[in-house]
Amino acid sequence: MLKFDHVSKVYKGGKRAVQDLTLEIEKGEFICFIGPSGCGKTTTMKMINRLIEPTEGSIYINGKNILEGDSVQLRREIGYVIQQIGLFPHMTIQENISLVLKLLKFSEEKRRTRARELLALVDMTPDYLEKYPHELSGGQQQRIGVLRALAADQPLILMDEPFGALDPITRDSLQEEFKKLQRKLEKTIVFVTHDMDEALKLADRIVIMRDGQIVQCDTPDEILRNPANEFVEEFIGRDRLVQARPNIQTVEQIMNPSPITITGERTLSEAIQLMKHHRVDSLLVVDEKKVLQGFIDVEIIDQKRKKASLVRDVVETDIFTVEKHTLVRDTVRKILKVGMKYVPVVDDKHRLVGIVTRASLVDIVYDSIWGEDEMTKIG
Amino acid sequence: MDTILPFFSTYGSEMLYKTWEHLYISLIAAALGILIAVPLGVALTRFPKAAGFVMGVLGVIQTFPSFAILAFFIPLLGVGKIPAIIALFFYSVLPILRNTYTGVSGVQKSLLEAGRGMGMTGWERICYVEVPLAIPVMMAGIRLSTVYLIGWATLASFIGGGGLGDYIFSGLNLYQPEFIIAGAVPVTLLALLTDLLLGKVEGWVTPKGMKKMREAA
Repeated sequence: MLKFDHVSKVYKGGKRAVQDLTLEIEKGEFICFIGPSGCGKTTTMKMINRLIEPTEGSIYINGKNILEGDSVQLRREIGYVIQQIGLFPHMTIQENISLVLKLLKFSEEKRRTRARELLALVDMTPDYLEKYPHELSGGQQQRIGVLRALAADQPLILMDEPFGALDPITRDSLQEEFKKLQRKLEKTIVFVTHDMDEALKLADRIVIMRDGQIVQCDTPDEILRNPANEFVEEFIGRDRLVQARPNIQTVEQIMNPSPITITGERTLSEAIQLMKHHRVDSLLVVDEKKVLQGFIDVEIIDQKRKKASLVRDVVETDIFTVEKHTLVRDTVRKILKVGMKYVPVVDDKHRLVGIVTRASLVDIVYDSIWGEDEMTKIG
Repeated sequence: MDTILPFFSTYGSEMLYKTWEHLYISLIAAALGILIAVPLGVALTRFPKAAGFVMGVLGVIQTFPSFAILAFFIPLLGVGKIPAIIALFFYSVLPILRNTYTGVSGVQKSLLEAGRGMGMTGWERICYVEVPLAIPVMMAGIRLSTVYLIGWATLASFIGGGGLGDYIFSGLNLYQPEFIIAGAVPVTLLALLTDLLLGKVEGWVTPKGMKKMREAA
């Protein structure tokens, strides 16, 4: 689909931003370019739509050398999303989304229908069409930014740190949403980021760059398992390598399989006795089929014990869980980021099967430092 | 009151004519100014180095006393309306040019990159992005310039251009204050009305999204 053939970019003053880069990208592939700032990742991406012209080498899209055609025409066939979002403040959402279609001289009616269709892709209602960008939240604005790049059904989309300016929670949900969208629409994506978590989560292949050259280009799992050199190891970060240990893959393998539980029919005083007995400060609440209902902790009991007597009445149902087949590296990230003390593990029927605590994480790190020979059953 | 009514009955129709003359001298000069300064201002944003120089030269011209400019055009273009309009045009250029330049250069670079990245030609970027976003600033320049021109157009009478300046000059020469007033009051009213009207025009041409944004801010 997309091929770099010995491409170099030398800026005025002799700075070599990209050196002799050769790379092939398949149709439908999600490629992340990552590296420290100044490594040439953005330059590489911008050469694809000729916002930056290569000094040497050639770039082919579907076998056609892009340097030979008209650059304006080329850009209309490639979607482009930038970090600053760049929605035009004087245009409505509909006008923003369908601007490329306007440049391609589509009729007003077709543009309107297309904008509506696209908006539905990100679960936004048609009444947004007549709004203006400033009336939307940052996350919504970038959704529109992404839709704008999809408007002409471009097969290839370039994204320059598109989620970099969003807050972590919005970023997380947008990443997931976008990955789903990409799979559904089978787009080829070239995505520039400096956030390793983002690259690991989204990419089919990650291209790690340094000083204008490719250091390693592989699937996320392969990069985590076999980093090419020390630079890659350092760039990925020790904690992620630990999480990617091949013999610890899913949550099921590291969880504690017998968490302390209580059913809803028991009284609060029984609950507090159970806590005291097991020396824990919270209990997971399940029903008779072991389906997780929520949790109670000391604070809740302390606040509510005068008003209620049964566990059922005070159980806190807003609880974060993971599925037992989830990869450890994703879970660890969530535990560490959100700052939770523990995460209940459930199966596909939401039955409680175990618990991952911060102590379990300590075990993983311990094992990775002291080697596998001392590996004991974690629990 | 005793003097106003007979004055109107004698000079009323002439006054209307002179007001009209005054208005069109200044408006044609302003229109020419817009026609030249807007494209020039947009063009100068492409050459920031030349921009400083051009603005400097125009700034110097602006400081010439208006009488001097008018007198300067007599040997070149003779007397009458045309030299008056041309002289006034020189004054209208700078405020419009400067505001166009400032407005267009003030458009966020990320918007231009988005436009370029999605495949806009240079011309499309000017029409769809730069000019619409710069309109409020450009309009401020046009308003200012037009209102000034209406004031300065009184001097057109000095080189036979006609307009309400005729009354003011006759009044000064003949020591007849009623003529001075008959010239000055309509000029002031004309300037105020034009400003009001251009304010409305500014409202019409400013993209709706930007108005809403300003209200929200």
